[in-house]
Amino acid sequence: MNSLLLRVAERTQNAPARRQELDAESRAWLDGLRATGIERARALDRLHDLLLRAARAEAHRRHHLYPEIDGVELDDLCRQAADDAVVAVTAKLDGYRGASRFTTWAYAFAIFEVSVKLRRHAWRGGRIPTSDDDATWDRLAERAGISEARVESAELLRALRHAITEELTARQRQVFVAVALNDVQIDVVADQLSSTRGAIYKVLHDARTKLRRRLERDGHLNQERAR
Amino acid sequence: MTDNDLTTQLLGTAGEDAGCEETFSRLAEYVEGELSGREMAELLPAVAEHLRNCPACNEDYRGLVELVRVRNS
Repeated sequence: MNSLLLRVAERTQNAPARRQELDAESRAWLDGLRATGIERARALDRLHDLLLRAARAEAHRRHHLYPEIDGVELDDLCRQAADDAVVAVTAKLDGYRGASRFTTWAYAFAIFEVSVKLRRHAWRGGRIPTSDDDATWDRLAERAGISEARVESAELLRALRHAITEELTARQRQVFVAVALNDVQIDVVADQLSSTRGAIYKVLHDARTKLRRRLERDGHLNQERAR
Repeated sequence: MTDNDLTTQLLGTAGEDAGCEETFSRLAEYVEGELSGREMAELLPAVAEHLRNCPACNEDYRGLVELVRVRNS
């Protein structure tokens, strides 16, 4: 906890006053985290306990997705998530606007941290597909229940494949192929590309917009859907 | 799976999308609002759109709903 306290201290100096009327419990959290000395240390301990419980609860909720992560390994991930969430909460305390209870706001950080850690841990050593090869498209068609008998659906997939080649930048293609075609988690792609969930999602979003427009232009989507 | 399902799965929906950072910053408010019976998808439509399009944020949203439900029970 000592190194955690140091990380927290570096990020919470000169915090401005709160902006909105708060419930008593949320106010107590903010006052404690903005205090000094022993009062602040106690508030940080309480926050760490709260976020560790949240991380464990979330890891338990997702256990069916990652059954191979268990025991000490899982608890270690939860502790790392709680540590990082405490640092994030204290660094972003100014961003808490009082629109929710403080604990709800803080829970979100624990959930985010544990979800990223679980996904990355589960993917360790995995290879991210980088090409929209025939196997990818065959699997996609099979998953969607598309056969050659469903001519329009098969046409749509063929048109999409052309559009990916012709409309997307190399980065957009890389992200779209991994996330949309091969179901690789955005957090995993972000880790592999030294990026963030938000930045990778933006690349995916721009790629989808380009593809929708192209498919609409070529008559494969109606305009309302493409917009 | 219909063509519409397939298109939505691959291309997402086409409404205004708040993105991951903005959605994260409003998530606590969104969840508490929903659990108190407010129509948050109408109040924050770009957040709702993002939760439909981003599986990672959607899973986080579901986790937060569950945690708050348990805390409030």
